[in-house]
Amino acid sequence: MRNSPEVRARLPGERVVFGRDQPMPLDSGVALGPFTVAYRTYGRLNAEKSNAILVCHALTGDQFMAETHPITGKPGWWDQVVGPGLPLDTDRYFVLCANVLGGCMGTTGPSDPDPATGKPYGLQFPVVTIADMVRAQKLLIDHLGIGKLFCVIGGSMGGMQVLQWAAAYPERVFAAVPIACAARHSAQNIAFHEVGRQAIMADPDWCGGDYLNQGRNPSRGLSVARMAAHITYLSEAALHRKFGRNLQDRSQLTYGFEADFQVESYLRHQGSTFVDRFDANAYLYITRAMDYFDLAAEHEGSLAKAFQGTAVRFCLVSFTGDWLFPTRESKLIVNALNAVAANVSFVEIESDAGHDAFLLDVPEFHRTLAGFLAGCAEHRGLGRS
Amino acid sequence: MPADAVIDQAATAPAAAAPAGIRIDLQLIADMIRPGTRVLDIGCGDGALLDYLVHFRQVDGRGMELSQAGVNACVAQGLSVIQGDADTDLAHYPDRAFDYAVLSQTLQATHNPLAVLRQLTRIGQRAIVSFPNFGHWRVRWHLGAMGRMPLTPTLPASWYDTPNIHLCTIRDFFELCRSSGIAIERAIAIDAKGRPRPIRSLQLANLLGEQGLFLLKGRG
Repeated sequence: MRNSPEVRARLPGERVVFGRDQPMPLDSGVALGPFTVAYRTYGRLNAEKSNAILVCHALTGDQFMAETHPITGKPGWWDQVVGPGLPLDTDRYFVLCANVLGGCMGTTGPSDPDPATGKPYGLQFPVVTIADMVRAQKLLIDHLGIGKLFCVIGGSMGGMQVLQWAAAYPERVFAAVPIACAARHSAQNIAFHEVGRQAIMADPDWCGGDYLNQGRNPSRGLSVARMAAHITYLSEAALHRKFGRNLQDRSQLTYGFEADFQVESYLRHQGSTFVDRFDANAYLYITRAMDYFDLAAEHEGSLAKAFQGTAVRFCLVSFTGDWLFPTRESKLIVNALNAVAANVSFVEIESDAGHDAFLLDVPEFHRTLAGFLAGCAEHRGLGRS
Repeated sequence: MPADAVIDQAATAPAAAAPAGIRIDLQLIADMIRPGTRVLDIGCGDGALLDYLVHFRQVDGRGMELSQAGVNACVAQGLSVIQGDADTDLAHYPDRAFDYAVLSQTLQATHNPLAVLRQLTRIGQRAIVSFPNFGHWRVRWHLGAMGRMPLTPTLPASWYDTPNIHLCTIRDFFELCRSSGIAIERAIAIDAKGRPRPIRSLQLANLLGEQGLFLLKGRG
């Protein structure tokens, strides 16, 4: 397994430890500390510290967004978006991304040692929420001396964090870009996550979550979880275009349970490469955090109340082919923002790629990001590029 | 209101020439808007008015546009615009959220113009509405002499592919406002050469105005 604690200890990037003297209170009531936040930065923070963009990654993303991934060797998940001359232009902006709390890429999560025992937390790790993840990010922003983020931006779970940032710390955010997300996880979304969690927990190698101490890894369960989730990230059109019913390395059906179809082979590959870089317990904790997210519920059932009086400039983006976080979810957020006369833009991008569109080369999406940021930069006094 | 009522013209429309790139009617709307105010431009199209207001009037401007292509173009140029339908989506905004709610060349394309006008005067301290005048002599001539649906510079689309479903005349608009208790603060007719004329004689304005432009007072 490439993602072991030893490998993680050598990952590139910055790390900072919080909660040594004063543990951080979590939504669950537990206080966490000390814990580490691992992050990467691109570009330079200006003298006024007014050009910082915080990118929030999705469920299985991480902080290595614009560089070769140190474990997989693949390009960063947003290397078409973050960089010199790109929409998140690192010649102008200071762009940073932190691994989420509960993650497995350097920020403390269930696979890291519990300071009380010296052994991996496993299920002793407290359940974390999206708000907890954002609390940890805020400690990092405080640590970097950044009073107000120029922009918080992210897709999917990252979009949930963006909404949480804007609702909880509006004075610390100038602009917010929630992409392909929702203000709450739907029953259908929770259902898919439950399938993934049950697959992991049904794997005998999971060992009640104690697999690291027992020298085992529930890689089959995690792989199935990834396969199920991956289907939700694509659209029927995208799957059909890529694979149709084409057979894999054969001309006839085997009348067995080999991967006869290309789509099966593809999903198996997705599953098996995922287990090399991701921790099974982290998957349980992070999917749980998404399931618990419900911004309206935290504001007496009114999403508009979450944004009352906000001065944050919002730009919401959805994709036509996304059935995991469909456009209507973004429109609910737009309506709530209109109800408090917030400054909001909303763009629906034509794409049949499914939920994953925000990770792909979609020029209109990238134009939207660049244009919105340029407009905000002008208002923030960063000058028009 | 009698047909030829003289509207209060204490603040007459300025005769400023439009700079290159902004249509005369948009310039006239911009001239009605105090700098530094909050403006919602409904049916903002490609964002020409919003862009002008933001950059030359220091306005806190927002837009709503039906076509997704228009919205995307606006946002990509740094304007705050959402996709939305004037008939249904204005209900989400709170009372008096904006200093001005602008509806330029869009009223005639709405399903329920009166409901939209009521929303405009609810959301805005002021509402600014412009529309093509179906009472213009050229329109009358087209229909009267030719017996065909008019094609004019302000009504360029054929009857079968026009987005306009509720065309009206300047006189009709006056009448609607009067009967609905919507107060008109300023009324301007724009002639075929793009010259603004304060409406003093409703009869003449209705004949010679190619467009009507109105500043309405918000309710409450």
